[in-house]
Amino acid sequence: MDIARLFGTHRKWLLVGLVVFILAFVVTFPLYAVTYDVRVLTTVLMYVVMAVSWAMFSGTTGYMSLAPAAFLGVGIYSVALLQNSLPFPLIILVGGLVAFAFALPVGLVTLRLKGIYFAIFTFGLVVFTSEIVQYLETKLWGKHGQAILPIDNQILLYVMLGLAVVTVLAVYFIRRSRYGLALTSIGGNEEAAEHMGVNTTMVKVLFFAVSAFFMGAAGVVTAPTLLYINANIAFSLFYSFMPILMAVFGGMAELYGPVVGAVVFGYLETTLRAQLHSYFMLGFGIILVLVILFLPNGIVGLVPTVQDKLRGLMQRIRKGGEAEQHANT
Amino acid sequence: MIERVPQLIMYGILQGGVYGLLAMGLTLQYGVCRVLNITHGEFVMLGAMLTYTLYTGFDINPLLAPVIIGPLLFAVGFLLQLTLFKGLKDRAPSLPAFEGNALLAAFGLMYIIIYVAQIRWGATAVPSRYLTDKISFLGMDLFVNQIVTFVVAAVLGVAVYLFLTRSRLGRAIRATAEDPATAGLMGVNTKMVLALAFGLGALLAGVAGTLISTKVQVRTNIGFSNTVIALIVVVLGGLGSVPGSFVAGILIGIVSMLVVGLWEPVLTVPVYYAILMILLLVRPAGILGKK
Repeated sequence: MDIARLFGTHRKWLLVGLVVFILAFVVTFPLYAVTYDVRVLTTVLMYVVMAVSWAMFSGTTGYMSLAPAAFLGVGIYSVALLQNSLPFPLIILVGGLVAFAFALPVGLVTLRLKGIYFAIFTFGLVVFTSEIVQYLETKLWGKHGQAILPIDNQILLYVMLGLAVVTVLAVYFIRRSRYGLALTSIGGNEEAAEHMGVNTTMVKVLFFAVSAFFMGAAGVVTAPTLLYINANIAFSLFYSFMPILMAVFGGMAELYGPVVGAVVFGYLETTLRAQLHSYFMLGFGIILVLVILFLPNGIVGLVPTVQDKLRGLMQRIRKGGEAEQHANT
Repeated sequence: MIERVPQLIMYGILQGGVYGLLAMGLTLQYGVCRVLNITHGEFVMLGAMLTYTLYTGFDINPLLAPVIIGPLLFAVGFLLQLTLFKGLKDRAPSLPAFEGNALLAAFGLMYIIIYVAQIRWGATAVPSRYLTDKISFLGMDLFVNQIVTFVVAAVLGVAVYLFLTRSRLGRAIRATAEDPATAGLMGVNTKMVLALAFGLGALLAGVAGTLISTKVQVRTNIGFSNTVIALIVVVLGGLGSVPGSFVAGILIGIVSMLVVGLWEPVLTVPVYYAILMILLLVRPAGILGKK
């Protein structure tokens, strides 16, 4: 039986099967895992949301946004402010909408900037928001940081799973829609896209804000695992670079690229943190540099290369076998 | 309140010299090598911490420390460009892809440097202030270290400017920044020139670190805030413009002192940021940048 042909003809069903299997795995996970692993999985799913929504905007248009931490932080702080007045599901929506509303003016102002200016501006945005929040916190409450009420780990896992599924589905449909095409064309040649009748400003700002919505929502669901937050924790630049690293590592050409990257690095990050403690930063830095240096196109970009190599190897083996037969005769 | 303004502006100008120096290094690294080096502040931190170590361990005058630290950091920067960033450039399919990857690699590098520094120096501040005598100038009290840092920064700034505009090597650097391919065809060894520019940027960061350490007690986490300041100053002055960096550095120095002295120290970064935002909207190329 030819396995390659089996994959070729039943690709769609295999994919569906894989997705169902993954979902079933996550849903039943709390049954046989310890609390710690449930939290690891929740973190991994948060990174799935972040990386997929980051790649949806920045991966396609080429506008490298370093702002994910700002939107995540907005979500986290929404929980701190609203946890006593609104039910949790509603906070998720509100947190997402606040991040959306925050991203709109930022996008309007900054998306005229080309290339590296946009990266610098969004980089600064995280620091800016963090300092402003710190200032307001001190002025209004006279304290640094907020306590956040814990929520059962299992519930959080399911909520995060739901959010991740919604995000991936939304991005899937965006990519297939005419807006997805518009985003890609902006990445290819913005001027040409403009001439072809794409309202580039509208598309850019809108989808920058849409990606912010998912990041904000992810922040809301992450907040209860943190228990205590302050501006430095909520707006840590680390959260800006992680989604980018994951998307780059996974590869952005396919939807599953950032997902793969998020799973690998989300797991790696939590494990390294637990195992290495203070060495974590060093280990993480080294891995980051090595990944960027040796896998600039991501592991998804590696797939064709590996396929080629395997094919070459198979042919060589076959040829080798033939040569042996010739030698025998 | 208002009578303090001249003094604050004076402090600001003196502080701005160091900011200009900081930004000059970054602008060289971005303008020539196309690496938006967010580890820049970590080189500043290394310069500051090494100055302290040399002073306490080997009894070397902080003002002479750059003679040792400068070449050391230059070598680090030189090798980084030759290995890491050159490798990235060779593998990247396009310039924007390279810029993105270089930024990520710099982020990883930042973690490595901070951690190595923390192994050596820990996380607490070291008592590093030097030259703390006060003198009176036009009725204002100034510290000697403020004047010395400004003078050193200004002299270095002018020296680098002259080096870039007047010397043969400087012309090669500018040609490479303009168009690496053509510069290569004209006989410029672009590989070496890029490494040189990056090393020079690291050297300037190190000197800025030494200067900063004469004024405040430094610790291993000062890098990031310096990176932010350098980024803002560089964009204000125009990415790639050396004189622009200096002008913007002094401007930011004055603003920072006015905000700290008259308003709220916590709000310095937001105020820088507001200035940056307005400038990017009005004139995205920066104060002295090319359109």
